[in-house]
Amino acid sequence: MAMWFARSRNLVSSLRQNLGLSAILIKRNHSSPRPVFTNYELSSKVFLDPSTSFRHESTAVESQPDLVQQSDHEDDAQELDFPGGKVGYTSEMKFIPESSSRRIPCYRVLNEHGKIISDSDFIPVSEKLAVRMYEQMATLQVMDHIFYEAQRQGRISFYLTSVGEEAINIASAAALSPEDVVLPQYREPGVLLWRGFTLEEFANQCFGNKADYGKGRQMPIHYGSNQHNYFTVSSPIATQLPQAAGVGYALKMEKKNACAVTFIGDGGTSEGDFHAGLNFAAVMEAPVVFICRNNGWAISTHISEQFRSDGIVVKGQAYGIRSIRVDGNDALAVYSAVRSAREMAVTEQRPVLIEAMTYRVGHHSTSDDSTKYREADEIQYWKMSRNPVNRFKKWVQDNGWWSEEDESKLRSSTRKQLLQAIQAAEKWEKQPLTELFNDVYDVKTKNLEEQEVGLKALVEKQPQDYPTGFHI
Amino acid sequence: MASLLSRFCRKLALPGSAHGSRMTSTTACGSETVKSLNLYSAINQALHIALETDPRSYVFGEDVGFGGVFRCTTGLAERFGKNRVFNTPLCEQGIVGFGIGLAAMGNRAVVEIQVADYIYPAFDQIVNEAAKFRYRSGNQFNCGGLTIRAPYGAVGHGGHYHSQSPEAFFCHVPGIKVVIPRSPREAKGLLLSSIRDPNPVVFFEPKWLYRQAVEEVPEHDYMIPLSQAEIIREGSDITLVGWGAQLTVMEQACLDAEKEGISCELIDLKTLLPWDKETVEASVKKTGRLLISHEAPITGGFGAEISATILERCFLKLEAPVSRVCGLDTPFPLVFEPFYMPTKNKASSSSSLSSPSKTHIF
Repeated sequence: MAMWFARSRNLVSSLRQNLGLSAILIKRNHSSPRPVFTNYELSSKVFLDPSTSFRHESTAVESQPDLVQQSDHEDDAQELDFPGGKVGYTSEMKFIPESSSRRIPCYRVLNEHGKIISDSDFIPVSEKLAVRMYEQMATLQVMDHIFYEAQRQGRISFYLTSVGEEAINIASAAALSPEDVVLPQYREPGVLLWRGFTLEEFANQCFGNKADYGKGRQMPIHYGSNQHNYFTVSSPIATQLPQAAGVGYALKMEKKNACAVTFIGDGGTSEGDFHAGLNFAAVMEAPVVFICRNNGWAISTHISEQFRSDGIVVKGQAYGIRSIRVDGNDALAVYSAVRSAREMAVTEQRPVLIEAMTYRVGHHSTSDDSTKYREADEIQYWKMSRNPVNRFKKWVQDNGWWSEEDESKLRSSTRKQLLQAIQAAEKWEKQPLTELFNDVYDVKTKNLEEQEVGLKALVEKQPQDYPTGFHI
Repeated sequence: MASLLSRFCRKLALPGSAHGSRMTSTTACGSETVKSLNLYSAINQALHIALETDPRSYVFGEDVGFGGVFRCTTGLAERFGKNRVFNTPLCEQGIVGFGIGLAAMGNRAVVEIQVADYIYPAFDQIVNEAAKFRYRSGNQFNCGGLTIRAPYGAVGHGGHYHSQSPEAFFCHVPGIKVVIPRSPREAKGLLLSSIRDPNPVVFFEPKWLYRQAVEEVPEHDYMIPLSQAEIIREGSDITLVGWGAQLTVMEQACLDAEKEGISCELIDLKTLLPWDKETVEASVKKTGRLLISHEAPITGGFGAEISATILERCFLKLEAPVSRVCGLDTPFPLVFEPFYMPTKNKASSSSSLSSPSKTHIF
């Protein structure tokens, strides 16, 4: 069949004209397929306004500016057969440019002053939802501040903040259903906070006390909660991405009205697991929402040292994955984008990629001093002028849904609650020593039983060599 | 020389019980039907049973759809459908990561790595994720349903990248199990145990035996327990410990040694992590000598762990140093394979197995 189309243009055009064989020549379809949205019941009504309506136009797949320049040659209408399907051919040798002439624009709803940009497409957010979102963003700020200070005081060993990324944390969580399974990187405690993890539970993990669900085995901020469908954080970067593809596939096979949602930073997209995760999710047609927090920095490595592409959003198409770039500091935009992506993932059983543009205002962690590799002015600018919490606050206040009185009440009560939580967590009993040996396997193996006996004997014999409080 | 002949010139039928050895599996035969199967067919049968008995189990990896490059997955996709048995992209870290995700949601994921030589891209997922999934979450999550199968070991012409025995890397990882069967009957029972074990298991299959080993394999669903070593040949003068295809070689060395009046006790470890120290310890306390043999390079090989443990436990009963007959400390060579391999003659010549006049150190 390929030979047919390899003939000269003249023959083809004469065939077309004279014999009406245009049906044989398959016209190349330039428009991307539009997804069909049908009415459906959303699984969780708790966080959704009953009168919500969707602006489907904004969620439709835009036909991207073609990377290959169109030519009017008739050659393009002829096609060759290869294992991957039919592809047009051209005698003009042209390389696809390394970048588009214009960067992919960023979806945004609220301007810097907290006003909705006119003619914005977005999913309306009710007062109840908006207030809750704002409260949680503020709570996350207070939590970050106080835990960070606790580390500085030596009360916990480590901490990392999400300062500057509160909108991504809270708005994405608000857009999901509780049944969606979240596989975090490590800068998304706001998702867990939204789902109901208490300040006490956060504190317990940071102190590794007896009440810590993780049983004191990992560093602070390595939260996890099966009850909240939030997989336990692990330090290695991007390992969660192919796992998310597997989780999504499991949900698909169980026909659940749920998807996997997984987070990654800009730096993490350089890992092999990013490629593995996206490719598997695409090939397996798994319902996964990949959310990349492009905050500009991977510890001290600026994104200009991380990739040469136009960020992460352009990588989606390379895997056959629908993608969007969103202003990560715009809570309404994040909410709409994640909500839409989630619906697409579940109803169409496909992965979706969201690149949320933002800035890491805080240091990478308490082990980092970012003034060593970036300007204090830059940090200050983002902290003050591009603050996602203030921006959303303005919108909520302008609607008459929030007052300064509410603000001070929230911040002072949250602060008080946190200080109490920390004090309580600090005093809480430690994990019993046996928890060092449990859960390596489902059942303790012989070698571990022997080692436990040996260690206990040693501790009893020389208790001065060991920290106190660990019940034997 | 004898070992070369046996490897290359005739189909390797596992010796019967004539000399009191039990190279063939000792799983009780009873009255159930058995069928003469080679290793890949026995594995195939185990996979059929696994998928049949648990509707939430999956088999996937590169090329498994058409039956797999070693035919271990024949008929599975046709029988259970492409949703449960499927090809994956060529990406080991993706295969294992995806499998972890499936397992974390309560499914059984039996993934295939095409040859063990290619398992390394998945090493991070195995060591940092699968092995620690339960522990780090405080048992809120686990990926016990994950089983990773990989063909390993010499095949006669495999060279660097189709012959490796990487078991030692994995034996150093708390949280996973490492299992290596010696024969078709063993493989079926051990694989079913591994799949159903609530911990992630790495299951290495001796590819040399896929077609070469033929054995009567019961057709029903049976399991062989993990972490239980088996004495497949009883003796009183020396204990030999090995796993996988190497046991056939050691069996030959035992027969040769017997001719010189040395009574050998041969143990199949089966599970390397966690390994059955008690069986080996009891045997060495009886015989006073230990020889360990594996294809993997000698330095840092799993034989070192066995040696150190037995020294700790049996020092006063040992009459000779623990001997290790292993691969050389080189990448697995092609034309030099016959020189690299721990052949039965090397075993026979080792200080433990021979009279003092014939001692060589390998």
